Amino acid sequence: MDNEAIAALVKTSFPEAIIDSKIFRNELTLAVKREYITEIAKFLKENKELDFNFLSDLCGVDRVETHGVFEVVYHLYSISQNHRVRLKVSIPSSNPTISTVTGVWSTANWHERETYDMFGITFDGHPDLRKILTPDDFQGHPLRKDYPVDGRQPATLREIYQRGEE
Amino acid sequence: MTAIPGTTTTHLMTINMGPQHPSTHGVLRLLLELDGEMIVKAVPHVGFLHRGVEKLAEYRTYHQCIPLTDRLDYVAPFSNNLAYAIAVEKLLGIEIPERAQHVRVLLCELTRISSHLLWLATHALDLGAMTVFFYCFRERETIYDIFEMVSGARMNLSYIRVGGVSRDLPGGFLEKTRQFVAEFPSRLNEYETLLTDNPIWKKRTVGVGVISAEDAIDFGLSGPSLRGSGVDWDIRKTEPYSGYDKYHFKVPLGKNGDVYDRYCVRIEEMRQSNSIVHQALNILPKGDFIARMPNVTLPTKEDVETKMEALIHHFKLIIDGICPPKGEVYASIEAPKGELGFYIVSDGSNHPYRLKIRPPSFVNLEALPKMVEGRLLPDVVATIGSLDIVLGEIDR
Repeated sequence: MDNEAIAALVKTSFPEAIIDSKIFRNELTLAVKREYITEIAKFLKENKELDFNFLSDLCGVDRVETHGVFEVVYHLYSISQNHRVRLKVSIPSSNPTISTVTGVWSTANWHERETYDMFGITFDGHPDLRKILTPDDFQGHPLRKDYPVDGRQPATLREIYQRGEE
Repeated sequence: MTAIPGTTTTHLMTINMGPQHPSTHGVLRLLLELDGEMIVKAVPHVGFLHRGVEKLAEYRTYHQCIPLTDRLDYVAPFSNNLAYAIAVEKLLGIEIPERAQHVRVLLCELTRISSHLLWLATHALDLGAMTVFFYCFRERETIYDIFEMVSGARMNLSYIRVGGVSRDLPGGFLEKTRQFVAEFPSRLNEYETLLTDNPIWKKRTVGVGVISAEDAIDFGLSGPSLRGSGVDWDIRKTEPYSGYDKYHFKVPLGKNGDVYDRYCVRIEEMRQSNSIVHQALNILPKGDFIARMPNVTLPTKEDVETKMEALIHHFKLIIDGICPPKGEVYASIEAPKGELGFYIVSDGSNHPYRLKIRPPSFVNLEALPKMVEGRLLPDVVATIGSLDIVLGEIDR
């Protein structure tokens, strides 16, 4: 299916959930309301014509400074139909929570853990929401724009070693 | 230790495999709960190599991000460069010259061979077949010599640029590559005589680390790890980039989704890649190796020395960099390990607002517990080897 047909099908099935649809560089982006994400994910996977059985990627984007929101971005692909779609959900930075899609695609598990680690976005219903890339005692969420690029942790390993040597 | 109800003698034992363990292929830590030698639960811990590549990229111009990509999957740097360059080119909406496309394909397929050789070498070494290791490194050395001729470096190449490649192929390159391409199939047969029908090799790999096609898709596996389960999906075929549609090659598939099938798929992929390199050498057209666009690519040295505008463009590009339009793109390629994707969000400035890397190894590793739970401890080593993970791109 081409991008227009996908957009039309999803819009007619969920007229109240799709806020916006955009095509840039031949890539379709659908902006979805936060409450509907699990429902839409299920629909996209189970609908035979769409058949989005493969979750390529899931990540966060920090837009707090300009829009006061975090975005959670889903890249879906259909192996049988060979088409792609991008879903975007805006969630307020004051309450960065969204439902998990691990029930739809198992691969979302680690992607959501990474997004939680990097942005502090929590995923409701996630079976095992732990940090994944940063150490357990790491403070803050490094991919947030307010985290400095040369950010130092309170006690780095080096400082701990140096203290031990003195 | 936790006691199993109903028994008095058996206890579950928790052991750490890694992060300093040769068969985890890097700094991967596996927390294994064992009942005797059987694995009850496996929990991978990653992140020991986290360098914050995605954060660093937000503070660099688009060209300055290229060296960062080398250090993701450091055994296949060309593929990383290419995936990034394709994403930026898509964002800019530019076409690149024919010759550059073919050079990219040629080098990426050589990279695939060298990456698969490293996989075969270490995978066989893990399972006790040491000879294969030496043979594979002999051929890999030749490929690295070719890379050195092309880019001046052996490992972190940074040869591909947005808009093309950094310079034309050097003299002597074609002859050396032709020689390699002619010899390689017979070398591959040599490896196969050591492994493919070897009963010990088969005992260690057949029926081990099995994952069904449905589970493989559900867990987001890609590349040879997915095709080992019989799913016919290769981005070079379904969404051809860099002119892959001009080449004839087959996509090898497995049936059972075990370690042996993934082994067979990668061996056959090396043959196909060799044939692609051969085709690329034959149809390599003459022409520019980089698009000539003043606001994207650097002008030639002669122009900088003789023309005022070229000098200004050169200065502006070095100081300010490229400024793509506002928007977002996701571009992915078939890297040696699977789908390598770059998601770039641009706010119209000279550095990415957000750069997300979709590393194939990260996603493939997630399926490891599914493959090893209920199996024996030595099967973990075989399964990790067959997933062909590189921790550089898992941890980023």
